[in-house]
Amino acid sequence: MTAVIETNGLGRRYGRRQALSDCTLSIPPGRVVGLVGPNGAGKSTLLQLACGLLAPTSGTIEVLGARPASGPAQVARVGFVAQDTPTYAGLSVADHLRLGARLNPGWDDGLATARIRQLGLDPGQKAGKLSGGQRAQLALTLAIAKRPELLILDEPVASLDPLARREFMRTLMEFTAEHEASVVLSSHLVADLERVCDYLIVLAASRVQVAGEVDELLATHHRLTGAARDPATFPAGHQVIQASHTERQSTVIVRSSAPIDDPSCSVDKLDLEDLVLAYMTQAAAVGRTPVLETTR
Amino acid sequence: MMVIEFHLDGRSGVSPYMQLIHQVRQAMRLGLLREGDRLPTVKDVVAKVAINPNTVLKAYRELEYEGLVQPRPGVGTFVTRTLSDESLAAHGPLRQELEQWLTRARAAGLDEESIEALFLSTFRAAAGEKA
Amino acid sequence: MTWLTWRQFRTQAWLVLTALAALAVALTVTGPNLARLSRSTGLAACQANCEAAADNFVNQAMTVVNSRVYVVALVFMFVLPGIIGVFWGAPLIARELETGTHRLIWNQSVTRTRWLAVKLVGVGLVSMVTAGVFSLAVTWWAAPIDKANLDRMLPMVFPGRGIVPIGYAAFAFVVGVTAGMLVRRTIPAMAVTLVVVVAALVATPLYLRPHLVTPVSFTAPLDTSAMQSVRITETDMTVTGQVNQPGAWVVSNKTVTPSGQPFTGPADLQTCGRANFSKEGCTAWLASLDLRQQASYQPASRFWALQWYETAVFLALSALLSAFCFWWVRRRLA
Repeated sequence: MTAVIETNGLGRRYGRRQALSDCTLSIPPGRVVGLVGPNGAGKSTLLQLACGLLAPTSGTIEVLGARPASGPAQVARVGFVAQDTPTYAGLSVADHLRLGARLNPGWDDGLATARIRQLGLDPGQKAGKLSGGQRAQLALTLAIAKRPELLILDEPVASLDPLARREFMRTLMEFTAEHEASVVLSSHLVADLERVCDYLIVLAASRVQVAGEVDELLATHHRLTGAARDPATFPAGHQVIQASHTERQSTVIVRSSAPIDDPSCSVDKLDLEDLVLAYMTQAAAVGRTPVLETTR
Repeated sequence: MMVIEFHLDGRSGVSPYMQLIHQVRQAMRLGLLREGDRLPTVKDVVAKVAINPNTVLKAYRELEYEGLVQPRPGVGTFVTRTLSDESLAAHGPLRQELEQWLTRARAAGLDEESIEALFLSTFRAAAGEKA
Repeated sequence: MTWLTWRQFRTQAWLVLTALAALAVALTVTGPNLARLSRSTGLAACQANCEAAADNFVNQAMTVVNSRVYVVALVFMFVLPGIIGVFWGAPLIARELETGTHRLIWNQSVTRTRWLAVKLVGVGLVSMVTAGVFSLAVTWWAAPIDKANLDRMLPMVFPGRGIVPIGYAAFAFVVGVTAGMLVRRTIPAMAVTLVVVVAALVATPLYLRPHLVTPVSFTAPLDTSAMQSVRITETDMTVTGQVNQPGAWVVSNKTVTPSGQPFTGPADLQTCGRANFSKEGCTAWLASLDLRQQASYQPASRFWALQWYETAVFLALSALLSAFCFWWVRRRLA
């Protein structure tokens, strides 16, 4: 099963700033992949590298088995919705569809017009006069109607109100159900992603902190709360992700493939938001101080 | 025409696919889903609830594994059994025993939260052993 | 892609073309009359020593309306390259980069090269054709006036005649596109384009045009009986001789002493001082100094040669900048 996105030591530098470093991923096909991380972590950079808008400064990336944007045929297989869902303000909705039809070989006009009708958009309306949610839906329709194998979305719902956000995700999931495409979606709101993604990548401090199937990640990460102890005394096989201690108590987030069987502490499951926060907190701490644990 | 609708509680701590399973079982228990009814298609669920299609598939597979539904390729997933005959009334003796235990637990001085914690930890441990 | 380029370009095109259409109407209405007058005064047929016919023509032809049209056409041809560069060239790419729509269009299965090529060549050709059509129209309309004034070669008139406006338009357009690609914001790109285009058009008559064809130069004794200008101050004196080449563009005109140094005076107070100035005395004194005139000029017959060369230079610059744009869009843009 060829990976839909395969990277090896991928990095991108802007002048002196390293936006993304040493990113090695192998994303299986047919998933809805959530890419989360704080602002400035490199999410947009990674997605733009994947759709060929940027070229890597180190490492390699392959999308659907080929170099990104290596020709019109490859571009036709990947749909992209950029941040803030840009559209041509002076063109009408129908004009945008005409544009898609003329420029994309695999354009499904029936799908596009049905979607527009279903969304209740007026085809004669200029894109500049649409609301944010409607523009996002238009951009999504343009990306979907060319029937891509992979759909990449860069924070598509960040500036939308909750209703528009829900509508957008519903349209996106409907597309996924119908066409068995892979979707890669970035966001800095984890709550949105929890119900939608089955594969997760956490990007923080311009590095991949963790990547894997959501079910597997949730099954193998636990929160242990118990008497204060030195993490070095944990049995091997438990990878400490984040730890915080008071005088009496230690709260540790661990990753472990074996079941945890420690009577001296209570073991809790994590939800996705806690898991992401643990990795992000840890990445931020590593950035600030050389010591891994926060002690008081 | 969807027979039932799903909703997800993002804050309940229960995974989405478990919530779907619960809601199907609940509907069957209340008699809203009867034998022969067709469950909503994956596409219909996803269009209403903005949830990953694989989650729906997983829930339906789990229900099939439990013998509650049966997929018919090209047509849909159909309910094969109902739960309403397993109404709670049929388990009168079990209910009485539980009420007696609760009385004894309160007499022993346990408050509501302690009773719940005791019950849940024993229940989970037992479920873990069974798995 | 062509359709999209036209849709995006529509408004800007209409604005400029409407203005040009108004000018076209003015030229069409007044042109035939000028041509008729030119024939009737004998100016059209005249080959040499045409001052009489020229004066006659100017008196009759330069009515208030015609004068106004002449000035408007002059100004228009001067600003047309700038307008094309700033309003057609700069926003072409800058607006897409500014609004982020390049991320939308580059994902529509069209390569960056094709995207840039259609925009650059499409709107570029429209620019060149527009400039060409109007330049030739104005050249036809003003032909009798230029013949009467014998000023086609001069820096005020030359840029608005013949084919050089095509070269300027292409150059200004590509400068605009390049600025848009590098600056990535529409308004700053428009400002940069304006500065570059104006600088280029000012520098051309100063540094480029005099050397496109080696000017004719001569050194001759200064004819003190017919001098072009004499300037006397407290401390120095400068004189310039005439260059008797009707219709030529004088590139340099210096008066030097027999030893080759520029002549700076001071004036001889006996004959040229303010108190007792006498024309014959001063002239005789100047003649006694044996001054020489060193001048170079481009004769009127070189009008079309200079036009072709200058157009070629600007088209070559445009081609170079275009190549740079293609390289930049593939390698550097995101």
